[in-house]
Amino acid sequence: MEYTVEFLSRLQFAATAMFHYIFPPFSIGLGLILVIFESYYFITKDKVYENITRFWIKIFAANFSVGVASGIVLEFEFGTNWATYSRFVGDVFGSPLAAEGIFAFFLESGFLAILLFGWNKVKPWVHLFATFMVFIGSMMSGFWIVAANSWQQTPVAYEVITDASGITKAVITDFWEMVFNPSTPSRFSHTIIGAFLQGSFLVLSISAYYLYKKIHLEFATRSFTIALGVAFVSALAQPLLGHESAKVAYEYQPAKMAAFEGLYETKDNAPLYLFGWVDEEAEQTKGIAIPGMLSYLLNWDNDFVVKGLNEFPEEERPPVNAVFQSYHLMVAIGMGLILITFLGLLLLYKKTVFRKKWILWIFMLSVFLPVFANQAGWISAERGRQPYTVYGLLKTSESYSKSLVESEVLTSLILFFLIYGLLFFTWLFVLNKEIQHGPETLNPEDNLYRQRKLRINLLKFLK
Amino acid sequence: MDYNVVWFLIVGFLLVGYAILDGFDLGVGAWHFLGKTDHERRILMNSIGPVWDGNEVWLVTAGGALFAAFPDVYATAFSGFYLPFMFLLFALIFRAVSIEFRSKEESKTWRNFWDWCFSLGSIVAALLFGIAIGNVIVGFEIGSDKEYQGAFLDLVSPYTVLTGIFNVIMFMMHGAIYLTLKTEGDLQKRAKKWASKTYFVFLILYAFVTAFTIFIRPEMLANFSFGMMEPSTNHPLIINHQIFISVVAWSIVLLNALAILNILRALTKNKFLQAFVSSALMMAAIILFFALGLFPNMMVSTLSPDFSLDIYNSSSSDYTLKTMFVLALIGMPFVIAYTTIIYWSYRGVTKIDEQSY
Repeated sequence: MEYTVEFLSRLQFAATAMFHYIFPPFSIGLGLILVIFESYYFITKDKVYENITRFWIKIFAANFSVGVASGIVLEFEFGTNWATYSRFVGDVFGSPLAAEGIFAFFLESGFLAILLFGWNKVKPWVHLFATFMVFIGSMMSGFWIVAANSWQQTPVAYEVITDASGITKAVITDFWEMVFNPSTPSRFSHTIIGAFLQGSFLVLSISAYYLYKKIHLEFATRSFTIALGVAFVSALAQPLLGHESAKVAYEYQPAKMAAFEGLYETKDNAPLYLFGWVDEEAEQTKGIAIPGMLSYLLNWDNDFVVKGLNEFPEEERPPVNAVFQSYHLMVAIGMGLILITFLGLLLLYKKTVFRKKWILWIFMLSVFLPVFANQAGWISAERGRQPYTVYGLLKTSESYSKSLVESEVLTSLILFFLIYGLLFFTWLFVLNKEIQHGPETLNPEDNLYRQRKLRINLLKFLK
Repeated sequence: MDYNVVWFLIVGFLLVGYAILDGFDLGVGAWHFLGKTDHERRILMNSIGPVWDGNEVWLVTAGGALFAAFPDVYATAFSGFYLPFMFLLFALIFRAVSIEFRSKEESKTWRNFWDWCFSLGSIVAALLFGIAIGNVIVGFEIGSDKEYQGAFLDLVSPYTVLTGIFNVIMFMMHGAIYLTLKTEGDLQKRAKKWASKTYFVFLILYAFVTAFTIFIRPEMLANFSFGMMEPSTNHPLIINHQIFISVVAWSIVLLNALAILNILRALTKNKFLQAFVSSALMMAAIILFFALGLFPNMMVSTLSPDFSLDIYNSSSSDYTLKTMFVLALIGMPFVIAYTTIIYWSYRGVTKIDEQSY
């Protein structure tokens, strides 16, 4: 591997984007959980929901700040490392980024101030409204950036021109058609549901830990139940949205779809792999597959002829095995999440979920699964787009900044690794501290009667 | 007036907003170590607690606006400025997370570490912003391909170091004035002292920067000359309105001078809000002077005027500028409303409570 500016810039972009993407899905998912619990509190005025909401706000805050800090980098990294790309797509790609700032970031940061510091300062309905707006803001931010990225995957509504300095560039011909390009709706919903999964599994994990330790029981059972509901519905919806996304990918980026399934030969009755290995030299895929399933899923028809990688010259293909593996990891985890949440619901119905240690262990550890799935999904999407930055229009090898030298990018790359490493472990440390500290316990004088009644119910439930 | 000019103004507006808002934020960071006790340091940090994130959004949005409206400037500036810009990002990252992390742990070492990150991050960021502005005035070695051809060290010169230090001092003064609004008692007295002391350093540096700027870019004076000097551009807005522009420019000079004098007057009279507004106006005026001197260029090439990136040869298409202008028009009232509501909600002296950092 040669350490060229292009290679180092790709590595840096991948590292910084992947690091950043640990946090926003937590923010979006936790945002939903916050909205649910605060609404409960607002309606019932039950103190226990206040404590639940305020605990998750703390977790949300620590997560949000690392998300913001690592997000600033991405806003500028197109310019620093991908200047040629920026010149080419600025007209198209820059617009959603600017819109994200104007419509999402300002909204989010403004109401965040109320969400984090306003509990005793503003009326309850104002606070609830602020929480809701932060949640909406985080999703809007997701929308604009996914729209921009989707245009890279399925570019429409543009024309390519050459300016006076001889630089070719893409310019928008229809703004809204560009924003709602063919892959925006399916990819945006798939991304958001992935975020719901990641956020709800964080809540499940921390609640399961408390249940396992037999502390903060009231807090934990309620958080767990709501999060399990969110997680189950999201887990069920995710494959359907993923299916839509895959169909769009096949229509507009057939080489990507073929790489997802390691399909070289164009054929009908194309198989769908459960897992496998692609031998790129021999152009063969080995593994366990369901015959005809890929054809069936793409067109509800086993005889549907699926385009294979052989239709594309080698330099037009993405790295097949890498894309295959990350795609299958994502799918496998997605299926696993359905299973886990279903099991959780079943045991909840049987009233044993809160005391069976093994299922609590599963929920404690499974927070990593949606994180990996979200990361793997984006790796499949972005590496599957290779060798292009804008599919079919601009190659990655032509996109990097011409004025950079290797040592500059190497310096920043090393610093990113060090700084992000430090940030990551500090974040974990702070998160752990908040978890160990736990939610505020109810003041018994607040509502002695209610306390006693709940306790009796809870003990019945746990026995 | 075409959409290119409008976008020049919008980017300028976002930068003014950023300088005024994050300016005091970074200034507070620079003063952080003068908080004597842990409680004082927490007050300093929490004085910007609810607003720092929103303030930083102005920078992010300015970046997005530059990308959308002037992609070539976005590309050339950030790839040309690569390492300094990366250091700026690192400084901003450390500053941002240290606010969140600092008070999460009682240990002295822990708090000290994040205090350093917060303070140094703020100072470095202010310094690099100043150096960047200085370089915009000096110009860059931009070739016919719009790419920056210079090296990292070309960006550091006596002038740019001066503008860097000037910016740190200006933000520190601005931050100290902000602190007088957010503190009480002894801390407020000291903040007032910090503000008045930096005020005089600021005045001296201001004079130096002005003289130095006129020395290296005398053509920037054309806008003040009532048509007696040949303007450095033949842009119709400049050529056809030379008298008007000079009147405006001199009015800004006058208002700016009044604002600067009023900072000290208001500080002595304990009218801190007035001092803050004056300081904000002064910062807006500085950016206006620079923008006026630069217009219609955004990045001047020192190799040939033909290679300079101006608002026409570096811009997006008319269609995009127009569409984005409509979006900006819709969005801006909201932005201003959020900002106002937040500052209004968190007005007054900063108190430490259970939700504080």
